[in-house]
Formats: sequence, structure tokens, C-alpha cells
Amino acid sequence: MACQGLQSGETLASLKKESDSLKKKLEEERGKLNDIELHQVAEKVEMLGALSIKTKRLLKGHGNKVLCMDWCKDKRRLVSSSQDGKVIVWDAFTLNKLLTSSGDGTCALWDVESGQLLQSFHGHTADVLSLDLAPSETGNTFVSGGSDKKANVWDMRSGQNIQSFESHESDINCVKYYPSGDAFASASDDSTCRFYDLRADREVAVYQKDSVIFGASTVDFSLSGRLLFAGYNDYTINVWDVLKGTRVSVLFGHENRVSRVRVSPDGTALCSASWDNTLRIWA
Amino acid sequence: ELRNGKNLYFLLYKPIYLLIVAMQDPDMGVKMRNQRLLITVIPHAMTGRDIIDWLIQKYNICEEEALHVGAMLVRYGYVYPLKEPRSLVLRPDESPYRFQVSQPPLHPPAIYLAKKNIRKQGELMEYEKERYSVLHKRINHTWDFVVMQAREQLRASKQRRKADRIVLECQEQAYWLINRPPPGAHNVLDMGLERINNSSRVTLVSDITFLYFLFVKYSEQYLNHDPIMQGCLPSNPWISDDTAHWTMNAEVVPSPTRLRVERWSFSFMELLNDSMGRREFMTYLEKEFSAENLCFWQACEDVRHGENSRIIEKVEDIYKNFLAPGAARWVNIDSKTMDKTLHGIRHPHRFVMDDAQMHIYFLMKKDSYPRYLKSDLYKNMLAKAVVPQETKKR
Repeated sequence: MACQGLQSGETLASLKKESDSLKKKLEEERGKLNDIELHQVAEKVEMLGALSIKTKRLLKGHGNKVLCMDWCKDKRRLVSSSQDGKVIVWDAFTLNKLLTSSGDGTCALWDVESGQLLQSFHGHTADVLSLDLAPSETGNTFVSGGSDKKANVWDMRSGQNIQSFESHESDINCVKYYPSGDAFASASDDSTCRFYDLRADREVAVYQKDSVIFGASTVDFSLSGRLLFAGYNDYTINVWDVLKGTRVSVLFGHENRVSRVRVSPDGTALCSASWDNTLRIWA
Repeated sequence: ELRNGKNLYFLLYKPIYLLIVAMQDPDMGVKMRNQRLLITVIPHAMTGRDIIDWLIQKYNICEEEALHVGAMLVRYGYVYPLKEPRSLVLRPDESPYRFQVSQPPLHPPAIYLAKKNIRKQGELMEYEKERYSVLHKRINHTWDFVVMQAREQLRASKQRRKADRIVLECQEQAYWLINRPPPGAHNVLDMGLERINNSSRVTLVSDITFLYFLFVKYSEQYLNHDPIMQGCLPSNPWISDDTAHWTMNAEVVPSPTRLRVERWSFSFMELLNDSMGRREFMTYLEKEFSAENLCFWQACEDVRHGENSRIIEKVEDIYKNFLAPGAARWVNIDSKTMDKTLHGIRHPHRFVMDDAQMHIYFLMKKDSYPRYLKSDLYKNMLAKAVVPQETKKR
């Protein structure tokens, strides 16, 4: 539709002056705005009871920082990679090492199902620190987070950047989809984790606490998406209530940075990998 | 009204801005009511007839012109249809419609865009963002907590859930139609020369509180399935050292657990993600003589996720079995999709079957899946499903 022409008495200069003053007024108004937050809607939801989560398994075997891990679909095996150059497949339940190999531990091993797809994208964006595939029925998108503070959603087929979110104040170390695929969480060096809704195209929650001042390196959701597990550079794992925005638990145990957390496919346990060369299973 | 500090927007897009705001005025705007959609009630909806009548009255125009304006509103996504959402037209009858509240005119981003990748050229980008923040607040009055609480009370009823699903699906359909128009359809977002990081997309959902509501409901639905939150039966193997839970939930079991079978009813994707659910569904489809749909879908999945080296071979098989004239398990795809697929097959790649696969997927989802859930096959499965006894922790 066409724009309105200048009315009589208006000049570009006068309009600009007016728009500047209106802009100021808008900024004032904006400050007064009370946007509705997710936690307000979640007020009626029952508070979570105290969670009792403890280390149930300790996997020792790497000679250096454990950087990555992920679960196998069978819910008890997992694969981990380390700066020691080894990739180990464990039966985490029995603590048996099923397979060890040395190599460069590329991220293709994380996602057994679509290892090929991951590889073809990793090469394109040098500063991507994390990516996750959408669990949606059309299954064609993935989200990436990087040291440019941005989280981007991509179309796998066209390579197009569909959506972009930039609200973190520092590098995004990890991104993970919410179980329904309609949202995702991010972990950042700015010591916060955030929750973004893809349909509304915006950030909907920030998980932060004054006492949490170290960078967050990794996140994953519990099976129902109600809990968000986040690993930090202060060796801890914080457990957040996704809906209410509050922290429900802190997990201590690792003796160095937590590099990766992953909930098992059936949701029965959480695995954490650390620079202290160990992996822990929490339940 | 025109000159007050909030209405900066009129400088560029006065006609559209004024129209949308006027339409949504609680007193003088289009009549909003609960609309019946089959047996469901959707709140805060309008009929096509009401919209047209309102436009005629407001602008003192004839029906033909009002129909044109109304058609533009739907085509550009300001208003979306609840019935037949795939067809973006404004019907001057009892057909129900709702506002995509935060609709932008073509160029500026919608109210909920918090992202910073908006092009910095021109000051108006900033204003546009702010303008929509104000609009959002006004519109929120029509979707405030009173309505939310009423919805919560009705939460238990199936009709309520169905309304959510319908509304969201309609919004989604409208969104995809506008942002990914079907082949041959006019792309209303086409603005000539391609811009990098074009931020003129129609943002999907207006009611952010509605989305929050969906998160709450999702976590409630899955609560019993989340072992870290609620425990699992008979016990969590990691805690009790007893692997019975895994044995009972293995891929192939004579008798699946109740939670597992229930989960198949949460969404079509849940059913397909479980190999046992998929097998049951296949059995059902065989009775309906439409098993070729699921076979086709599985074959397409295999192409998408399989080895590069076997793509050509697999695509050839799919053509032979499902697409060729007179194929043994011919699948019913619309002619446009079929043409596009057949053309693509000449140079097969990983995603060449995507359109056809999606067509069949949605066909099963909308048609066979709901009927499966109502079938004796599923109901019996649910009835004889196992509920394990809880074993105490050691």
C-alpha cells in the first residue's frame, strides 16, 4: 500500500523533528510496558518438590578433559570423546568400556542417526560451538549457537538462515531443542541460560541467579521439558524449572568444568562430562 | 488520535495501522465472540460476514470493495481463517476468523521480534519495533488473565484441548501458506530483489500467553513420563540397580506398558517414533487397505537418513514400488507434488522425496491416525497394557 504524501505545512525536516520527539516518548512508554512473562502464566502450576538427584555412576577412563558425550538409543550406552584423543563407548550401567579408539573425535559421532548431515554443515560455520537437530515432524531444521552471541535456526535443505536470536551477552556454548521442537534453550558465557520460542520468534525466559557468575557450557531438558539441566564452568550443574524460571537444585561433584550434560533417551538419568576426566550419571 | 505520541506508525503505514486498530477496538470494532467450529468453541473470533459488514459500514464502501479489502487482510496474514485454513480467502459468511495480532505491514517486523538482526538502514526500524510493543499491550486486554483463567477451568474438557489444537493448527497453516506458498501461488511476501536476512516474514503467533499456556500443558501431559520428575515403574534402574524397567520397555515386548501405549495418543510423531507403535499402526492400515502410505513414508525416511551411496538405488525402488503408473503399492499424491517429485527424481538427492513424504505424512496424521486412536485395535492394546508394580528402593 502506498505511503501518505506530505501534508501541507509539513517538510521532511519538521517530520524528522517530530519523529525524534515521538521516538523519545515511545521509549518512555516502552519503559512502562509490562510484558507478560512465562513465569506469570506458570504461577498456577504446582511448585516442584525437592529433587533428590545423586551421582549413581562414575566413569573413569579418559586421560584428559572429556569434551563431548551423547547417549545411544538403547538408553544405557553412551559415547564420549576427550582431549586425550580417545573415543570410548561405554555401557554406563555396568561401567564396561565396550569400545575405545583413538582419532580426532569429531562430532559426527554424537548423533548416530544423522552423522552425515551434521558433517556437511559443520564445515560452513567456523565459529559454531553447538548445534541441535529439531525433533519436529517435518524435521528439516536445526539450531546453532556460536561465539558471535547468536543462535540461528537453519533449513537443512536450502542452507537458509530462517531465524536468528541475539539476546545473550557473550558466546553461546550450547543449544538444545525443547522436546516438542517448538522452542530451544541456550547456554552462554554470560552465565545465563535462555529459552526461545520459535513460533513467537522471541526469547521467553532467562535462567540466571546472582550467585551464578561463571559461564554455562551445556544444557539439556528432562523428558517432559519441565527441567533444564545446565553445566557450568564453576564445576556445578544447576537444575532450572523451565516454566517458573527458578532454580530447583544444584549438583556438586565434578572437580573441574562441566563440558556436557545429556539426559538419557528414556529420561531416567542425566550424564555429565567434565574436564576432570570423568563422566557422572545422575538419577 | 492521529497526533498522539503513541501513533508514530501512521507516518508510514497509516492506512493499515489505523484499520487493524479500529477493527480490534473493544467497543467499535468487529464483533468478537465465541465461534462454533463444528463441535468446538473458539473464543475471540469473528465471522467473515461481520468483517465485511464492518468494513462496509466503517468506510462507506460497497460490498465488492469490502470483499477486496477483506481478501487482502487474509492474504497478507493480518487475519487468518479457522475453517479451511489452507485457503487464504475471506468468506462473507459464518466462517470464523481470528486476528494475527502482531501483524506487520510487509516491511517491518512484528511486535514480538526481539531479535537484533533488523537492518539498521533507516531510523524507522526502531520505531516500528516500539510501535508494536504498544499495540501488543492494547491487544492484550482482549486476551487477559480473566480469559486465561476461564480457559484453565475448561482445561479438563476435550473440547478445550481441541480448540487449542485447531487454533494453533490454523495459525500454523496460514503461516506456512504465506511464508512458503505452494507452487504456482502468488507469494505475497515477494518484494523484488532478494535481501539478505530479510526480516519481513510474517511472525506466526500473536498470543504469547497462549504459547506459554501450551508449554504448561506439554509439561503436564508428559509429567508421568518424566522419570526424573515422577520416578518410573517398577523402579529407576540407575537408582535401584534393577533393569526391569528397561526389560519391560524394550523395543519388542509381548505386552507394552500402559504409559507407552498412552504416549502413542499424544501425537502422531510419538506413535511413529515407537517401533512397536508403528507396527500396530501398520496392522491397522492393512485392515484399511492403506498400508502403502506408511511403507512409503518409511522408505522416504530411509532416504533422508541413510547413506549417500545408496540414495539413487533407494529412490529408484521408491519410484518402482510407489510412484510409477500401475505400481504395486501406488500412493495417492496430488498431481502438483507428483509432477515435482518425478522431475526431481531424475537427479536424486537426499531431500528429493520430502514434498511427497510430507503430503503422505499429513494425510495419515489427519485421517488414519485419529481413526486408529478410536479403533478397537488401539483400545484393546490400551486395556491390556501392563502397569508394573512399584518396587521399593534398596
